[in-house]
Amino acid sequence: MMSEDSVHPLGRFLREGMIPHIWCEGCGNGIILNCFGRALGESEFDLNKIVVVSGIGCIGRLSGYTNTDSYHTTHGRPIAFATGAKLANPELKVVVISGDGDLFAIGGNHFIHAARRNIDIQVICANNFNYGMTGGQYGPTTPLEAWTTTTPYGNIEHPFNLVHLAAASGAVYVARWTTLHVRRLTESIKKALQKEGFSFIEVITPCPEIYGRRNKMGTGIDMMNWFKKASEVQHNYDPAKAGITPERIIVGEFVDIEKPTYGRLLREIIAKVQKGRG
Amino acid sequence: MTEKNKAILTGIHFMDGDTACAEGALAAGCRFFAGYPITPATEIAERMARRLPQVGGIYIQMEDELGSIAAVIGASYAGVKAMTATSGPGFSLMQENIGLAFMTEAPCVIVDIMRGGPSTGQPTMPSQQDVMQAKWGSHGDYEMISLAPSSVQEMFDLTIEAFNLAETYRTPVTVLADAIVGHMYERVKIPADEAIRIVNRKKPGVPPEKYAPFQPDNDLVPPMACFGEGYRFYATGLTHDESGKPRTSSAKAQQKLVQRLCDKIRKNAEKIVKIQEVMLEDAEVAVVAYGISSRAALSAVRKAREAGIKAGLLRLVTLWPFPDWHVSRIAKQTDAIIVPEMNYGQIVREVERAAKETPVIFLPKLGEEPHRPLEILDTIRRAK
Repeated sequence: MMSEDSVHPLGRFLREGMIPHIWCEGCGNGIILNCFGRALGESEFDLNKIVVVSGIGCIGRLSGYTNTDSYHTTHGRPIAFATGAKLANPELKVVVISGDGDLFAIGGNHFIHAARRNIDIQVICANNFNYGMTGGQYGPTTPLEAWTTTTPYGNIEHPFNLVHLAAASGAVYVARWTTLHVRRLTESIKKALQKEGFSFIEVITPCPEIYGRRNKMGTGIDMMNWFKKASEVQHNYDPAKAGITPERIIVGEFVDIEKPTYGRLLREIIAKVQKGRG
Repeated sequence: MTEKNKAILTGIHFMDGDTACAEGALAAGCRFFAGYPITPATEIAERMARRLPQVGGIYIQMEDELGSIAAVIGASYAGVKAMTATSGPGFSLMQENIGLAFMTEAPCVIVDIMRGGPSTGQPTMPSQQDVMQAKWGSHGDYEMISLAPSSVQEMFDLTIEAFNLAETYRTPVTVLADAIVGHMYERVKIPADEAIRIVNRKKPGVPPEKYAPFQPDNDLVPPMACFGEGYRFYATGLTHDESGKPRTSSAKAQQKLVQRLCDKIRKNAEKIVKIQEVMLEDAEVAVVAYGISSRAALSAVRKAREAGIKAGLLRLVTLWPFPDWHVSRIAKQTDAIIVPEMNYGQIVREVERAAKETPVIFLPKLGEEPHRPLEILDTIRRAK
């Protein structure tokens, strides 16, 4: 029993040589890594067939921490990289875990097109409302009027509603959770991993050191209390109406549909062409 | 032409350079293409879209060139030989992840059918204006391998060679063709399957627990595990050590990695470089040329010989790594070197550097027309 106690429950999902991680105190990225590890543990996947892909930013380091095949791309390109890997070897389960700036500013085009094509990859976005790694600049999800180092007079850009964008772009599974919802988030990741097609999970995560501090949001715990107070579980809610406000964060599953994937349609064409009927 | 799901269309064909390039890729074992339409490279994508499904391969048209090269690197890491094809503007967009391909040592082939620039320039007109972009386009230090076909046959042959070099050295390789070579039709001989030399990347010889993804062998090239093979490795665009672990503030790690990435090409330059020498033995004037310009140069050299002038041609099949030692050798035995190229001065700088004291005469050409043999001949006469 003693020896079992000394083993980290997620040990087999972590690449030990890479720990400790780089994340700040109060950051929610560790919770996302934890939920992802648990979701893998509670699913029946062969870990040798999992590929974790990330882009640039704090959460981008996550691919280094998972004991799977993993790849850390340039800024904004994890979805395009994942598209190539998944199509080249359909046996792989390719998961993209990256941030709001990486996936929706510099990488926004790849996101909408991979969703439109219904590439069979799972995308998890850590949304912390700013570019944390470069010291807290505003990004595509920064709320109006928020303070960042590049909005010294308050943000005048309207933020993306990511679940609405994902649904409109064609994702077959769309959910939003906060890092407070560890059990539901884990279940949601498990469901997305089982799903064939482009799935998207937005995870609202606290960035107390960089974003929270400038916006007087307190510690990581204070930000989690904000999530607790503001979040409302509403499955099948209209994603168009699920924009995030300080008072209200609608969480839950917004989309869960079936649609043929690009890979499946392409393999059907290949089979047809090879039989000489193309 | 019968296609019938064959990867290698052995026989004699009449085809354009872009099509021959696509057929060369298939013959080399390429089974993944990601690209974005762009003149004058679109025919490569069109051919691949038709042919890849016939041989069980994947074609995807991406949203832009940033995504195209990223998908190619992803496919390469998933264990499939992969390529993209583009022209100047798209090649510029790809520079970002060409750097990533160097840093993570992803074998892949990038074909650039050069058109007139800068910017949108002259989309349907030929140029050789991306020669320096191929060499220096991405940030940081790296060594690109670039091949310059001068005929449709070479579009086929050198695309195979590009894949073989990419697989041998775990590195991106560019095929730098001009729009004339890409679009013109010529006779192409596609050999029998067994006559085509194919190289595949080295695989790890150690079990996963002992595998370090960036630990090189004596040839400076690390064996490559791919996704799904049980090695569970990590690759990053950050500076890393042999285990793949990021080393973002160690000068030693940066020096060790970047030097090896460059040296694996530099130290093998003599093995990589291909040139063609024509009538250089006793030449007093040499023309150094590549791509379409080398054909006008060959014609000019022959005409010069007919007129009793001792002229010869050094044709650069490999542009990068630059064959300094060949140019220096030719320079020592000649009185002058002439460099015709379809730009306003790119390879000529390398020739000048390698030629040292020997005078170098530059013949630039911008716009629609390639060099005419007679204008190169006139220059040969003047150089004598």
